Amino acid sequence: MSALTLIYALLFYVAAAALVAGVGWRCWVYARTPQPLKIPIPPAPTTRGGVVLRMFLEVTLFRALFRSNKWIWLFGWTFHAALLLVLLRHLRYFTEPVWGWVNLMQPFGVYAGFAMLAGLAGLWARRFLVDRVRYISSPSDHLMLALLVAIAASGLAMKYVAHTDIVALKAFFLGLMVFDWRALPADPALLVHLVLVAALMIVFPVSKLLHAPGVFFSPSLNQVDDAREQRHVAGWSTRIVRVERARGG
Amino acid sequence: MADFETPPLGEYPVIPAVREGAMAHSKPFTAKPDHQKPLGFPGELMPDWEKVAVTKLGELVSQSRALQVFLDACVKCGACTDKCHYYLGTADPKNMPVARQDLLRSVYRRYYTFAGKHFPKLVGARDMTKDVLDDWYGYFHQCSECRRCAVFCPYGIDTAEITMAARDVMDAVGLGQKYSNEIIAKVHKIGNNLGLPGPALRNTLDGLEEDVKEATGVDVRFPLDEKGAEVLLVTPSADFFAEPHIDGLIGYAKVFHAAGISWTLSSHASEAANFSLFIGNHDNLQKVAERIREAALELGVKRIVVGECGHAWRVAYSFWNTLIGPFDFLDPRYPAPQHICEVTWDLIRRGALTLDKSANADKVVTFHDSCNVSRGSRMGDQPGGQFTMPRDIIRACVERFVDMAPESIGEATFCCGGGGGLLTDDLVELRVKGALPRMQALQQVVDEHGVNYLAAICAICKSQFTKVLPYYKHPMDMIGSVHGLVSNAIVLGVKP
Repeated sequence: MSALTLIYALLFYVAAAALVAGVGWRCWVYARTPQPLKIPIPPAPTTRGGVVLRMFLEVTLFRALFRSNKWIWLFGWTFHAALLLVLLRHLRYFTEPVWGWVNLMQPFGVYAGFAMLAGLAGLWARRFLVDRVRYISSPSDHLMLALLVAIAASGLAMKYVAHTDIVALKAFFLGLMVFDWRALPADPALLVHLVLVAALMIVFPVSKLLHAPGVFFSPSLNQVDDAREQRHVAGWSTRIVRVERARGG
Repeated sequence: MADFETPPLGEYPVIPAVREGAMAHSKPFTAKPDHQKPLGFPGELMPDWEKVAVTKLGELVSQSRALQVFLDACVKCGACTDKCHYYLGTADPKNMPVARQDLLRSVYRRYYTFAGKHFPKLVGARDMTKDVLDDWYGYFHQCSECRRCAVFCPYGIDTAEITMAARDVMDAVGLGQKYSNEIIAKVHKIGNNLGLPGPALRNTLDGLEEDVKEATGVDVRFPLDEKGAEVLLVTPSADFFAEPHIDGLIGYAKVFHAAGISWTLSSHASEAANFSLFIGNHDNLQKVAERIREAALELGVKRIVVGECGHAWRVAYSFWNTLIGPFDFLDPRYPAPQHICEVTWDLIRRGALTLDKSANADKVVTFHDSCNVSRGSRMGDQPGGQFTMPRDIIRACVERFVDMAPESIGEATFCCGGGGGLLTDDLVELRVKGALPRMQALQQVVDEHGVNYLAAICAICKSQFTKVLPYYKHPMDMIGSVHGLVSNAIVLGVKP
């Protein structure tokens, strides 16, 4: 086994562990932290089912963002939807035999690669062109976009510029999952692509990418508007001491 | 105080270009030790404040899932950047909601996150320094906690929660705001924001009884501390003396009178306002709210009704059940608490009130949705009842009603510019500039429909508009209470 294979195998174990443990830890912190008061933001549903629907519309259609700013919505939604297709397309490198629907969506996954780049380009352009967004952008915001653009570009390069040995690559990842290490093809575009993806996985739990799990825990979005009907207590509000209770009753 | 120019109203609303530091000079007066101590805060900025502030911030975040998520989740997409009335009115980029959050987020990152501890420059993390504290004091007192940005944020990030946390941290190190803290101290000591003692209140109410008798010939009562009344009315103390608030109080009294509902005010809880919300301090929030439970129990009432007050209704609707509930001692057939608009609309719907629209024939009315009512509460049992119910009441009382532009009402309503503990003369420039988006929308209906009456259901909105309307060339008495309209239209002494 080459040193290259060994380094990449270890890199992906570390990256996967960092992603799973890091995101799991943040989710545990969010879940453990109490929300002492009711703060749903309108349009707030009055039932649990309504909240599920609201959250579904938020994470699939970005409803609030659509209402807020059509350009950000267009670029942001395009990027996220395309990213989803691209990720699903990549399932073929991790499954044997490849599932039927994954085979069917392969061509769409390729187009999605371009849509993803277009969305990212739009979002990045706003960071330079819109003075308000320029003001709030820190170096990490630019770096994150650069990372995603480089991942998409290196991926597309393997499709259109310099093919890699896709069969060997698949063997590498299938083996990785069962601790049976196979040789990784030493193509530059692939090596760059994989390093960047691993980097993304590692920074995920310590960066703004936490918006992905975070949105589900956001009290303003996930609380039911029923403060008068259901007495809500959590954290400090469970510990309110009422000394005068006996006085009038 | 620096001179300033009232921002011009254009033909259309515009998003201004960023002008850094445009409002850097805006800071409210700081609280003196006398204002701080009754609230349990240090009298002045303590020597090791940096450490205390950072510790307090960590505590607050660990006690609030909202803060925990909001501080992590922002992606700086920019959706909120043109949503704050203070940004639209001042062009200061630190009044963009995300930039305001970042004042606190940068400190949180520095001390509590991996990226901020090890790569501060990369993620914009900052040490807690005097410069940062000065920025906090200036710009966390340029947020009215109106929650408009949260409606437009894809993650529901609510800048109000962050502003409240920042103010709580500042109070904890001895840097309080005079206006809010002085008022809360008065509530603790005397029972209302004005420091109006019981006998003076009785005197005022006697005067009102005489006025109403003179105007209508009917004996409408304004009861105080009457045990056994069905309803305890809790209303902002501005309703007792300020114009146009007082017309609203007269309206509530006439509604109760016409419906034959016995009611009372309480000298122990003669104030609906709870400014502790503004400073984000839950001990004070609970303590101020507790007076109302005590008063309700002592007077043996069956219902608690809240008058026209925006943040008070948010506290009552969203927090009372948590803070001072359960309300198992009240009549379960009514929501607890109930908004005066819910009472009035229910009576109108059942035909229990006789209303004569011609009494308001001189008025073309529009309605300003108050931020805390719109985005922090509800009325009735349907989502959006807080928008339909006041409008339904107005339509029942006036001949001509028009709404302002859709992006400026309902859940997207603009704050009046004076909410969240900013209704003080030391912030007049901010208040006038922050009113710009509302004034823009108002101007449009004035020009197109001849609107001459701006109705509201919030004491702060009413006081704020009384002050700022003249800056935009409107008469100060253009603003009025919704129940002022009811008061004009209601016909007493007839059986419907």
